[in-house]
Amino acid sequence: MPKQLLKGNEAIAEAAIRAGVDAYFGYPITPQTELLEYMAKRMPELGRAFVQAESEVAAINMVYGAACAGKRAMTSSSSPGVSLMQEGLSYIAGSEVPVVLVDVMRGGPGLGNIAPSQADYFQMVKSAGHGDFKPIVLAPATVQEAIDLTGLAFDLAEKYRTIVTLLLDGTLGQMMEPAELPPMRPMPAEMPAWALTGAAGRKKNSILSFRMEAEDLEAHNLHLQQKLAVIADEEVRTYEYMLDDAELIVVGFGTAGRVSQTAVKQARQKGIKVGLLRPITLSPFPDRRLSQLADEARGFLVVEMNAGQMVEDVRLSVGGQAPVKFYGRMGGVVPMPDEILASIARLDQATTKAPPTYKIEGPLVPLTKAHEVTR
Amino acid sequence: MIANTVEVDPSDRVDPLDRTVEELVAQRPKTLSEIDTHYCPGCMHGVAHRLVAEVIDELNIRERTIGVAPVGCSVFAYNYFECDFAVAAHGRAPAMATGLKRVMPDKVIFTYQGDGDLASIGSAEILHAAARGENITVVFVNNAVYGMTGGQMAPTTLVGMKTTSSPYGRDLKMSGAPLKMSELIAQIDGVAFVSRRSLHSPAEIRKAKKAIRRAFEMQLNGQGFSMVELLSSCPTNWDMKPVEALRWIETRMVPVFPLGDFKNSVPKNSVRGV
Ligand SMILES: Cc1ncc(C[n+]2csc(CCOP(=O)(O)OP(=O)(O)O)c2C)c(N)n1
Ligand code: SF4
Ligand SMILES: [Mg+2]
Repeated sequence: MPKQLLKGNEAIAEAAIRAGVDAYFGYPITPQTELLEYMAKRMPELGRAFVQAESEVAAINMVYGAACAGKRAMTSSSSPGVSLMQEGLSYIAGSEVPVVLVDVMRGGPGLGNIAPSQADYFQMVKSAGHGDFKPIVLAPATVQEAIDLTGLAFDLAEKYRTIVTLLLDGTLGQMMEPAELPPMRPMPAEMPAWALTGAAGRKKNSILSFRMEAEDLEAHNLHLQQKLAVIADEEVRTYEYMLDDAELIVVGFGTAGRVSQTAVKQARQKGIKVGLLRPITLSPFPDRRLSQLADEARGFLVVEMNAGQMVEDVRLSVGGQAPVKFYGRMGGVVPMPDEILASIARLDQATTKAPPTYKIEGPLVPLTKAHEVTR
Repeated sequence: MIANTVEVDPSDRVDPLDRTVEELVAQRPKTLSEIDTHYCPGCMHGVAHRLVAEVIDELNIRERTIGVAPVGCSVFAYNYFECDFAVAAHGRAPAMATGLKRVMPDKVIFTYQGDGDLASIGSAEILHAAARGENITVVFVNNAVYGMTGGQMAPTTLVGMKTTSSPYGRDLKMSGAPLKMSELIAQIDGVAFVSRRSLHSPAEIRKAKKAIRRAFEMQLNGQGFSMVELLSSCPTNWDMKPVEALRWIETRMVPVFPLGDFKNSVPKNSVRGV
């Protein structure tokens, strides 16, 4: 299929349709709304289910219901809406039904703003709801990657009977880039054996997230944790750039990772031996890969569009083997390559005794227009 | 909450000759599981379950019916019905039922919800499922309290009624008046059938069953949202004997929650078991 100019949110929607999504339920919120609008148009055309729910609370529970039927179900939202979905996410996790969620993050806390942000790393990766559970979290950085990861999201959700979240920021949701869509997948003819399809000629099925007896619930929790351990072994994905001889390592996901790549390229031109690790899976986190890199690296720089969230995981992975510095912008501000370059240079100077052989030019005044960064 | 294996006093035994034919031939409906329920003695949840199960049997839809249980004393309903079941989050059963129905329009989907579940925490979900004319059936068991959590005030608690969270009696100024969900929902376009019935006497129970059947028929006919509210007892939290509790429904609840059909669309066709 040829490349087309596609907007992030719409590309994800079409990718989900081609991955065979049976049902979409959502509620409008910027910067995600195009996804809902696209689904409103396409799903009825294909005879698939679409409902604009009365709230994100209802939307996620509609998704829960459709998923219980063994159908491919998804929703999308942005930060405040995802807060409302957390109750449902927890029930879905406890019930082990496959669900795909797209979270196009915006600035917070509270109503915050509609500018791109990564302020909800903790929310999605560490605490997607009450109780001990973790979804798989995928973080695309380009429209093409968002398309590819959407297909993967449905596969992983079904393989592990889990929630898979596509975690991106408003930049990627709103951005247009040339990208290629996959062909339409055939819809599965049969529903999984656990699905609620009516107890015809078989024993009844029940789907629930509770276990009254403490031992039973512990056994259920152990099962969920075992599944997470398999996921951690099998499903870690990273994007790596110039890591072969890198002494310094920049770590950033999504848009922050993408901007960092430009900074890494510029730093290389100045002779700094730096590379980039961009986690594609935030959960499972590439901790083993980072630990391995920490054996050789002089230092790490974590770049995020928040006050420093993923940096905690990087520090845990590096385990004190090398210094881990942080550079972040908040409130919907996207860091510019020159800001990151300056941080790389500082890290370089701080971790070596030799005087620098390069000079970083100009005052480091950050620009605030997110779209200028990504064009 | 407590197993309902009630010891029957031999003097209470009814001579079979005194029983109606209906009572004598009544067997456990196929849709009801052969296990004891956890409901307290005298709790009407069990009767409500049985009525729903009998209707499902009569319509011969057990194999294509999926129930959605609430959070409340009937959270275990999935255990007592011999059909597929999901357990929703507190109040969200209508949203979950929407998801199920939209991807399986040919299946019969019903929710079973308490008054705290439906009229309080889930008020948005029930109103909007009704507003969409969602083709599902709702069995709404109104016992005027939060049974499961130990008898706190519900949106349906009567003014002056003492509960653990309205120890001086429900105060109109502090907590407002009971919410009449059937009347409210009957106003909504897209609603095919709304009826409030009571479980306080055999005669009323028979009417309740008819209403439940009608509600399921509406769904089978694709006529839209249907709901049956059942006035029910919670002897444990009302601190009454079972019979006293039934009388209390009749004398205290019915005047506030009048019985009858609040919306009754003309059935498209009479359903005879499909
Ligand atoms: C989000 C949430 N809030 C509160 C509770 C606690 N809770 C469990 S059951 C219940 C009330 C149930 O009352 P009702 O719906 O009237 O059912 P009944 O037990 O009376 O049949 C409450 C408040 C919960 N499980 N979840
Ligand atoms: S607490 Fe009330 S509603 Fe719950 S089982 Fe006992 S009597 Fe029934
Ligand atoms: Mg109640």
